[in-house]
Amino acid sequence: MTAAAPDSLYRDQVLSHSRNPQGFGANPAADVVIDGNNPLCGDKLTVYLSTENDRISALSFEGTGCAISVASASMMVGMLTGQSLENATRTIEQVRVMLATSNDAPVASELTQQPVAALSAVRQYPSRVKCAALAWQAAGSALAGNQQPVTTE
Amino acid sequence: MNARAKDISDQALEAQMRELRNDFPILSQQVNGKPLVFLDSAASSQRPQSVIDAVVDYETQAHANVHRGVHTLSHRATERYEGAREKVRAFINAANTEEIIFTRGTTESINLVANSFVAPGLQSGDEIVITHLEHHANIVPWQMLCERTGAQLRVAPVNADGSVEADAVIELFTARTVMVAVSAVSNALGTILPLEAIISAAHERDLPVLVDGAQAVPHSDVDVQALDADFFAFSAHKMVGPTGVGVLYGKRALLEAMPPWQGGGDMIAEVRFDGTTYNELPYKFEAGTPNISGVVGLGAAIDYLSSIGMDRIARYEGILLDYLQARLDEFDDIRIVGRAPHKAAVASFVMDDVHPHDLGTIVDHYGVAVRTGHHCAMPIMQFFDVPGTARASLAFYNHREDIDVLVEALAIVRKMFK
Repeated sequence: MTAAAPDSLYRDQVLSHSRNPQGFGANPAADVVIDGNNPLCGDKLTVYLSTENDRISALSFEGTGCAISVASASMMVGMLTGQSLENATRTIEQVRVMLATSNDAPVASELTQQPVAALSAVRQYPSRVKCAALAWQAAGSALAGNQQPVTTE
Repeated sequence: MNARAKDISDQALEAQMRELRNDFPILSQQVNGKPLVFLDSAASSQRPQSVIDAVVDYETQAHANVHRGVHTLSHRATERYEGAREKVRAFINAANTEEIIFTRGTTESINLVANSFVAPGLQSGDEIVITHLEHHANIVPWQMLCERTGAQLRVAPVNADGSVEADAVIELFTARTVMVAVSAVSNALGTILPLEAIISAAHERDLPVLVDGAQAVPHSDVDVQALDADFFAFSAHKMVGPTGVGVLYGKRALLEAMPPWQGGGDMIAEVRFDGTTYNELPYKFEAGTPNISGVVGLGAAIDYLSSIGMDRIARYEGILLDYLQARLDEFDDIRIVGRAPHKAAVASFVMDDVHPHDLGTIVDHYGVAVRTGHHCAMPIMQFFDVPGTARASLAFYNHREDIDVLVEALAIVRKMFK
């Protein structure tokens, strides 16, 4: 890795999502409210999800976290809002695989044109993968019908 | 040694200390294409070649189980293991060698005292006094006791600058207090606690005091008799020794009265199915085969630190701390968390609008290792209302230039997040 490497993770895309996150805010009327916790880092996000006619009708989050966890949550809101539950579940799984696979594994073709693909660089930073995964893990759990807080540990 | 450290100028001392870095082979490597700048010694220090050599020599020439065989290697291993115990005694000026118990680390030392000294006889409503800035290792063992027995944890507050007043601790002493457990130095902030005042006030009320000395032993002279600590716990790996080894010092009369904590080999005098008699100190508290090579490494670490002189180490690290804090103060948007007047060479800090983990990841790319997060001291992070901090912690093998590299890397972080 070279000295310029942080740019590969902290790209403008990621930084701008973390500065002005999409869908940041509580939604007490949401169908499911689920807490996500990354105890190692201290990232704490709450994801608010509502569904209507088998689609995600509203998705938002709030909390505190590093740039990676907030940017990832923001990208998630952009990608999943309005999606059918089936599509959303598939996307969440693709992101999970993207963040979990080894450095050189290809990113799912559905994701390559999406902002979230920028986060594949996190694979070079094993201690930060959980930051990127947190919001997706919470949303996945919510879609699966769980109400329990999720933790990356 | 004292005279030598005081007589020379700061510059001369710095020049002398510069050479020591060469004793640490790990520090000469590159990380991410940059020379490693290791500023995480409060989490775990690095080891000089002499410690590595002592462990290798033990493993290649002397290993056998201790206190057991009549054969040559067993004698050799026992000699080195027990030799290290005497080195520890001298290093912290304990009165007796059998007051030195080898454990897995500070955490196990504290758990031993909690379970063997405090737990027996602990009653609902009894009180254990700690401070707000303790490491989890000096919080959770007491909480577990409290949950079991209904005893209460009383927590002395810290000041806004991260300092702790002796009176804040002493005020918590009541007729129900049974134990006082305080750090010598905060790992998260660097605060040095007023131990003498706390201990003498506790002793006026016949209260025993355990000192978590993990962050003090590597950086200053420790004299457990002068301090009059009843128990003093520390870890080898924070004082240029190996991981997996720690020490519990306890006053002999207290240790003798305590029941064993863990049972097994080495801690017994005679085992019969109708009853077992326990071994004498210190073996009563060392059940099972110990970490012999780790203890040997600890002995070598003490030799190494003694050859430098803890007074010189403390003075040099003080110079580095002043420089570190002055350089961090150049940033308008960096706040040092914990600015107690008496501090070890630690600066915990936050940068506006940058999460500590992002900061840590980015400076790592410039070869700089800092700890980020809650530093196993979540309550003090809650006190300062931060999710975590970045922490630069120094050792005598650091140079001013290390701090300069950190500052350059922080300037890059600032630029990225502007």
